[in-house]
Amino acid sequence: MSSSPMPAVAISGVRKSYGPLQALRGIDFSIRQGEFFGLLGPNGAGKSTLISIIAGLVGADAGTVAVMGHDTVSDFRAARRKLGVVPQELVFDPFFKVRDMLRIQAGYYGCGKESWPWIDEMLERLDLADKAGSPMRALSGGMKRRVLVAQALVHKPPVVILDEPTAGVDVELRRTLWSFMTDLHRKGTTVVLTTHYLEEAQELCERIAILDHGQVQVIETTQQLLARHPFRFLRLKLAAGAVLPESLRALVSGEPNGSVELKLETARHPIASVLETLRLAGVAIEDVHTRDPDLEDIFVELTGGDDA
Amino acid sequence: MSPDQIGFQTLLKKEVMRFWSVLGQTVTAPVITALLYLLVFAQAMQGRASVYPGVSYTEFLLPGLIMMTVIQNAFANTSSSLIQSKVMGNLVFLQMAPLGPWEWFGAYVTAALVRTTLVAAAMLLVTIPFVQLPIREPLALLAMFLLSSASLAVLGLIAGIVSQKFDHIAAFTNFFITPLSFLSGVFYSVHALPAFWYQASHLNPFFYMIDGFRYGFFGQADVPLLQSLLWSLGFFLVASAVCLWMLMTGYKLKK
Repeated sequence: MSSSPMPAVAISGVRKSYGPLQALRGIDFSIRQGEFFGLLGPNGAGKSTLISIIAGLVGADAGTVAVMGHDTVSDFRAARRKLGVVPQELVFDPFFKVRDMLRIQAGYYGCGKESWPWIDEMLERLDLADKAGSPMRALSGGMKRRVLVAQALVHKPPVVILDEPTAGVDVELRRTLWSFMTDLHRKGTTVVLTTHYLEEAQELCERIAILDHGQVQVIETTQQLLARHPFRFLRLKLAAGAVLPESLRALVSGEPNGSVELKLETARHPIASVLETLRLAGVAIEDVHTRDPDLEDIFVELTGGDDA
Repeated sequence: MSPDQIGFQTLLKKEVMRFWSVLGQTVTAPVITALLYLLVFAQAMQGRASVYPGVSYTEFLLPGLIMMTVIQNAFANTSSSLIQSKVMGNLVFLQMAPLGPWEWFGAYVTAALVRTTLVAAAMLLVTIPFVQLPIREPLALLAMFLLSSASLAVLGLIAGIVSQKFDHIAAFTNFFITPLSFLSGVFYSVHALPAFWYQASHLNPFFYMIDGFRYGFFGQADVPLLQSLLWSLGFFLVASAVCLWMLMTGYKLKK
């Protein structure tokens, strides 16, 4: 991964209010060139507002945003030419066919016929080739989502923002999309992803920012985030009639599928001592399973349990 | 060609393709409606004295009908395009593109001019069997056509920017565009009106657009050509200033 002094996206002191609601309370961070960056947060955290400000759809009350060194307000043309955004909503223009729509979109960015082979390549890569001559309104939701991705990439931007691109889409599209995006990322494109599917963020993102109540709660590499809380989870399937000893009940974090899951601080509650406690209490166990904390656990810790 | 020029040209092409794809609604339908007006009014008013010396009522009526249709279609083209994009949500593609206020303004207004040119030409063509209009002042005709089309296209842009749903555009059309275009001397000379309405007509910008346009055909009109040109130019400049301010500040476009 390349690293450069000039960030792909530099966000400085960004604030935004809608009436009495403070959507963003001073956001400062940078996304490095070539990063696969995750922007996570519960509903209403301010992610979409921040993305809209970067894209020029919303004006910030204070602060600045620069894309590849170009201010998104004072130098908006250059900034927008460096940026592609896949919007969250499934929007489309019903008047046009898929290929025409992509060529129009390329034209907006000053790209002429030289962009047409790239458009055809994207149509192939996103399994849209046989729909190239179809009107937009005739496409399924998944197909429209693919066109949205292609539209964001027609001008080959060095920075791409994907605002919940896999919300409500099938497994096949997810695979197609991520294969395409990881390939672009390998070739140097900076990818910014917001998603409610935390396993996607964990798998794809090198660095993650978690927003909550309009503020950045944490911004770290995915590995740092995962190592942030020294927990392990121990899932026990107790035998019929067995009862968890009183001393372990405070450690219960959930009861998935008839099992009991204990959240163990590795330093204070070694698994061996927990199992010994169970043995001494005569609790019969049918099955034992351990797992490391995943991004969802960290997310819940940091956002107080709000939905991702 | 610079990227900005390609962007402008693309938006213009897209706007033309948009109305072209529904030509039956955007060109054919208004021409048929205007033709019906012409047939009905020409029949009903047959035998009435000439409005201007040597100009029959049917001849008098046709330029007014053409300009009324041009006014309504220029407004409809820009306003409906913008509100459809807003309601469908696809305006974001344009908002995120590196296009500035002048490209938006120029492309939308020029596309409306293409539509109104088609509408006006089609009306002149289909009415040849009924009326053969002279063109005494072609430059005045062209100037009035361009100024009027552009003014209403700009007004349509403003309406599209301000409106959030189709009802708002319908309100603009029903309570502003249609009444003012009907009460602008399309069907009569304002000299035939009572004193109050005669004075009131002179406050209606559409009256000057129609009167100046009529001057282009006959070389005579209710008010001097210069007055019509200045009113139309003033209307265009004021509307353009408001529209460009809205586009530059993102009024009702940026949240």
